[in-house]
Amino acid sequence: MAGQAFDVKSRGKTLYDKLWDAHLVLQRDDGSALIYIDRQLLHEVTSPQAFEGLKLAGRQPWRLDANLATPDHNVPTTLNERQHGIEGIADPVSKIQVKTLDDNCDHFGITQFDMQDQRQGIVHVVGPEQGATLPGMTVVCGDSHTSTHGAFGALAHGIGTSEVEHVLATQCLVAKKMKNMLVRVDGSLGTGVTSKDVILAIIGRIGTAGGTGFAIEFGGSVIRNMTMEGRMTLCNMAIEAGARAGMVAVDQTTIDYVQGRPFAPVGEQWQQAVKVWETLHSDSDAVFDQIVVLNGDEIKPQVSWGTSPEMVLPVDARVPSPEDAPDETRKEGYARALEYMGLTAGQKITDIPVDRVFIGSCTNSRIEDLREAAAVVKGKQVADTVKEALVVPGSGLVKAQAEAEGLDKVFLAAGLEWREPGCSMCLAMNADKLGQGEHCASTSNRNFEGRQGFGGRTHLVSPAMAAAAAIAGHFVDVRHQTSVV
Amino acid sequence: MQAFTVHQGLVAPLDRANVDTDMIIPKQFLKSIKRTGFGVNLFDELRYQDEGYPGQDCTKRPLNPEFVLNQPRYQGVSILLARQNFGCGSSREHAPWALDDFGFRCVIAPGFADIFYNNCFKNGILPITLSDEVVEQLFKEVEANEGYQLTVDLQREVVVKPGGTELPFSIDAFRRHCLVNGLDDIGLTLQDADQIRHFEQRYKADNPWLFARKNN
Ligand code: SF4
Repeated sequence: MAGQAFDVKSRGKTLYDKLWDAHLVLQRDDGSALIYIDRQLLHEVTSPQAFEGLKLAGRQPWRLDANLATPDHNVPTTLNERQHGIEGIADPVSKIQVKTLDDNCDHFGITQFDMQDQRQGIVHVVGPEQGATLPGMTVVCGDSHTSTHGAFGALAHGIGTSEVEHVLATQCLVAKKMKNMLVRVDGSLGTGVTSKDVILAIIGRIGTAGGTGFAIEFGGSVIRNMTMEGRMTLCNMAIEAGARAGMVAVDQTTIDYVQGRPFAPVGEQWQQAVKVWETLHSDSDAVFDQIVVLNGDEIKPQVSWGTSPEMVLPVDARVPSPEDAPDETRKEGYARALEYMGLTAGQKITDIPVDRVFIGSCTNSRIEDLREAAAVVKGKQVADTVKEALVVPGSGLVKAQAEAEGLDKVFLAAGLEWREPGCSMCLAMNADKLGQGEHCASTSNRNFEGRQGFGGRTHLVSPAMAAAAAIAGHFVDVRHQTSVV
Repeated sequence: MQAFTVHQGLVAPLDRANVDTDMIIPKQFLKSIKRTGFGVNLFDELRYQDEGYPGQDCTKRPLNPEFVLNQPRYQGVSILLARQNFGCGSSREHAPWALDDFGFRCVIAPGFADIFYNNCFKNGILPITLSDEVVEQLFKEVEANEGYQLTVDLQREVVVKPGGTELPFSIDAFRRHCLVNGLDDIGLTLQDADQIRHFEQRYKADNPWLFARKNN
């Protein structure tokens, strides 16, 4: 049965416990449970078979208004290819996927921000921007970076295609409760150090499997002082630490951010909602299965050197040798990564040349990210050795906002390209790709082999660090750039 | 999902161990937006002499006459007899989709890869594990007798040979229940639809803003 009548424990609850309990429809004997889903975000890559499954079974979505769709992975980012709508997409396979999302949304009556809509963008940027992600919600999407939405004190999971269909049909997800982990970042961050550096440092510490089986709550003074956009960047990469869900407790910052957004409640319902939201934090006597503590004052700007997000170091470090691997089993991985990345042990990180720069993705394509990057390149020029530097805003609205602030002009004047919103070079499903052997300073979240193009070499960094690398032609410590405020 | 109670059908032998999911359905076909239509590309590399690509008209492609499913005597087959570790490799749900689309209802082998085994149940296909000796004997009988059919009775958990001999197998009770009743995960969850509705009502009363349409 729903509720926790038999589970009266003396200890307090974590934020995750509270979110789980509030959505528990039923608990099965085998340990699995049905949890109620408040919001499902849909995009063109992982939804077609789910919709087809519904049609074949003659089923209807359980609750239409819980769903929101937008194409992002495959959409072209050049204005040229974009202006003719779906028909203008050059890659036939991409075109079919985008068109199919369009058809399915029409067929079932699901709200979609299509390619021509200014509200279109990367699902994980669009949801929060619209207030379609609210505190206390359960949010799912057929995409592992759904953890982003946990920034709102929400329980947000990535799911597979069968589960997308399951949620469409039943409004529930079959789930097992995870364990609780608290990652606390105390102190404060130095100038030029951002939430991207914090999450990279966390992954560097606990490893890419460190959070497996856990829901991570991020807490501590550094997180409390972060903006919502910073918290989204942080939660976005919880999955790179192995945790399907990352989250941050609700506070005034959360509530202020949500207020006035199109899907957010108003009037009396707003008051009612805020009352509930104010309870969305871990109780002071809550017990976590694991606690990890970092000191924010010690975190420096980070650069990933290898082919896994845990292969990351402060910018003033040197590329490690396999001997530096934390354990025997990782030695081989280090050696392989060094070879793939074309790096030599002992080489300074700041000596790694950068061929391309990508500022975008669901991790770092929001307005604050763009401001941060613009501040670094303002009045400067992209180095001659850099073949391409792309700035891809996360949504049409982010793009419009940036243009209203004149950021596009700053980028263009400095020699960067200003693109249309989408996932772009984060996974290279459209035309934006790395060439073989090219090093990229990227604000995205995965540096796997081939992720940004066959043979491409990705270095994960913050927007400011990517911008600074574009100007210098190699990695530099952004804290030494005078324009950083 | 199609219910599975008793099924009688023609058997084809695929005499090869460690058939992986890439062999069952090669990766170039994963770009499809459909769950159906994979049947023509099932075992694509074994079945055709040329390289397949999505969206092609497969009726014009040169068939490999050696491949078992291309032989006239196995047309209309619905039970696949296979070897050890069938379905290993990538987790793609496209593998059972392709088998199902081709017309298979059942795969009999001495062993299956885990994920594939699970995926079969989600898609109405029954994977039956029998001992090496029994499978070996079946291979001999199928090859020796054209038109060899087996009857699979899931409720009684037996495979019945043409002469009436019964070969017992076992399937986990929960999975059997789902398959016998044609319940996929969704069908199963929908058995609790009343409870979901009940929850939803109470939840909506407490959190009305989560159900409101957008304001502007
Ligand atoms: S930006 Fe990258 S990580 Fe984010 S949803 Fe798109 S492809 Fe996935």
